[in-house]
Amino acid sequence: MSTTIKIELRQQDLKKIHEICDSFNNEPLELINILHKTQEHFGYLPAEIQDAVADKLNISTAQVYGVVTFYSFFTMTPKGKHPISICMGTACYVRGAERILDEFKKELGLQVGQTTPDGKFSLSSLRCVGACGLAPVVIVGNKTYGRVAPDDVKAILKEYE
Amino acid sequence: METIKITIDNKQVEVEKGTTILDAARKMGIDIPTLCHMRLDDLNIENKPGGCRICVVEVQGRRNLAPACITQCVDGAVIRTHSPRVMNARRTVMEFILSDHPKDCLICPKSGNCDLQNMAHRLGIREIPGHEIAEISTYRKDTSPSIIRDLDKCIMCRRCEMMCNEVQTVGAIGAFNRGFMAAVGPAYEQDLEHSPCTYCGQCVAVCPTGALTEVDHTREVLRAIVDPSKTVVVQTAPAVRAALGEEFGMKPGTLVTGKMVTALKELGFDYVFDTDFAADLTIMEEGTELLTRLKKFLNGDKDANIPILTSCCPGWVNFFEHNYPELREVPSTAKSPQQMFGAIAKSYFAEKININRKDMVVVSIMPCLAKKYERQRPEFSVDGNPDVDFSLSTRELASFIRQANIDFANLPESEFDRPLGESTGAAVIFGNTGGVIEAAVRTAYEVFTGKKLSRIDFTELRGMEGVRQATIDVDGFPLNIGIAHGLGNARKLLDDVKAGRSKFHAIEVMACPGGCVGGGGQPLHHGDSAILKARAKALYDADRDMPIRLSHENPYIIQLYKEYLGEPNSEKAHHLLHTHYFDRKAKIVVKQ
Repeated sequence: MSTTIKIELRQQDLKKIHEICDSFNNEPLELINILHKTQEHFGYLPAEIQDAVADKLNISTAQVYGVVTFYSFFTMTPKGKHPISICMGTACYVRGAERILDEFKKELGLQVGQTTPDGKFSLSSLRCVGACGLAPVVIVGNKTYGRVAPDDVKAILKEYE
Repeated sequence: METIKITIDNKQVEVEKGTTILDAARKMGIDIPTLCHMRLDDLNIENKPGGCRICVVEVQGRRNLAPACITQCVDGAVIRTHSPRVMNARRTVMEFILSDHPKDCLICPKSGNCDLQNMAHRLGIREIPGHEIAEISTYRKDTSPSIIRDLDKCIMCRRCEMMCNEVQTVGAIGAFNRGFMAAVGPAYEQDLEHSPCTYCGQCVAVCPTGALTEVDHTREVLRAIVDPSKTVVVQTAPAVRAALGEEFGMKPGTLVTGKMVTALKELGFDYVFDTDFAADLTIMEEGTELLTRLKKFLNGDKDANIPILTSCCPGWVNFFEHNYPELREVPSTAKSPQQMFGAIAKSYFAEKININRKDMVVVSIMPCLAKKYERQRPEFSVDGNPDVDFSLSTRELASFIRQANIDFANLPESEFDRPLGESTGAAVIFGNTGGVIEAAVRTAYEVFTGKKLSRIDFTELRGMEGVRQATIDVDGFPLNIGIAHGLGNARKLLDDVKAGRSKFHAIEVMACPGGCVGGGGQPLHHGDSAILKARAKALYDADRDMPIRLSHENPYIIQLYKEYLGEPNSEKAHHLLHTHYFDRKAKIVVKQ
């Protein structure tokens, strides 16, 4: 039996989503930009928010979800308090970025795109931050670490304990 | 018309500018293999994402191979459809598609009727290099009341997505994820039951693989048949008789009514009845409702709920409950013929043969998958006992007949049992778009005017155009009728009703393109709209050849009212034959 779908959102969050959609004239073709702005505000795109965007733009939720899962930039899980990004661009990659990433995965027990249960750290990879001279590069929050070696990973994490 | 000259496989041909290589080749009788591409001519339905690349051809002077389905012919082009390069590329593409496809063809519900399997056969694939490193996705199976989704078998042809979004405008499913994990399904990979799915089954009707199939109840029905304590009654929908033969190699449009009845008797059903009887009953109830509302409307009553919308299609009912709940007082309250039949079988007929409704099992044979959902709606049961116990699709019945080793093509013909097997020509055209409203007009005219119809065929209501309209002269009163088939077309008419600018008095809607003949439970058309048209013609021919062609002249309908229901729309008729609708629209609720 098909049940009525109910989406619960706080008033101010709904208002914000409507503001963002309105700023793009509720144009479905602007979906990617709208999701971009929405994620910028909320940090991530949980189901409730995708539902609200779909409703406002008068498109199907399946369509919004398709875009969110297609582009790796969009995420449905909240980022950690200290988001960790490992650069996997060519320069960083050839200088061992994958081993750094593996070390973070091991230390935190996370896969790329996941967040620790305590919400402290999240792990993501990105493509080139324009600091190839410092390869391999790791970014935690706003702080950039250059020439990182696998042995440095423990020390970096310790800074945020 | 500007034409250009091209050469395909060393043969010159002149085609209209803008023609794709695929169409130009088909015109010459060259059948370039396709997988994702699908088109239903005259129904304005086409899927050509250019995604699968099976249709690649070599165009002289072009660096890479061209996908024939989306490449337009250029004047003077020299095209080769089976050069060694093309054959190699096609094989490689096919191997890639198969690399992450499950290999359980033996027990796949699509086995023998699968476009992917047929293509592998056609291209002579005997091994799949790379399959050991391909990641086969492991999505859970989603079983809804009507449809089973097995996304590991999805090859991303996106036909279902096109049907659901562009043709039906339902938006229940869309493509998600990337690479090996890419598939098509509801948002958040939820079950169909938690999506706006209407169970129209058009996604199943076009799926080239076993990714989308129907819930199979043939075993449960067999179990009921062998249970000596159960009286098993079967009803067959109009559109089934015009399509079932295809499953046994007969020409599309072959009417197999008599053979179907014999087969059902051989399968062991105790009573073989006809949903057409209930279709006649629907006309009595819906037609009376139309006249009552129309009289109110003509007296200036603003709440008369004109136009009246037909309500016999459960996919359509689901659609307006999800998308237009504010209009849910507008459709007729008459149940669908399937449910009317169940209600009458388990009351009137059960009393007649003196058995308890709990000892009766009602099975319906339907061209439809939404009927499977409809039959399990709680409002269609009495103390937990459903009016219709099982609903089988045309395809399931064919499989059932094959399993029972019945030589269908050589069966003698038999007649439906009485009393619930008697029907009229008005009922059999329920299976076509425009058929319900034509049947209703025939009866409404005679009841309203008290005069005999001078003509019975309202050909202006027939055809395959998505939205049609006609004005019927009912003894001086111009009755405006709208018809839509395909839910996207229905949406156009509904938006007008919602905005208060609809000029119609009555609107017929069928969820599936072509009406029930094109239903989600019918033998697969594999993209050939000529099959749907042949079925439609068969039903109109059946109507023409019936001795009685007006629902209100069905002697067993007259008897049913006399013995049991009283008048159309009487209290008892309302109790048994009418229903109400629900608001199922997704809602945004503000959290406190």
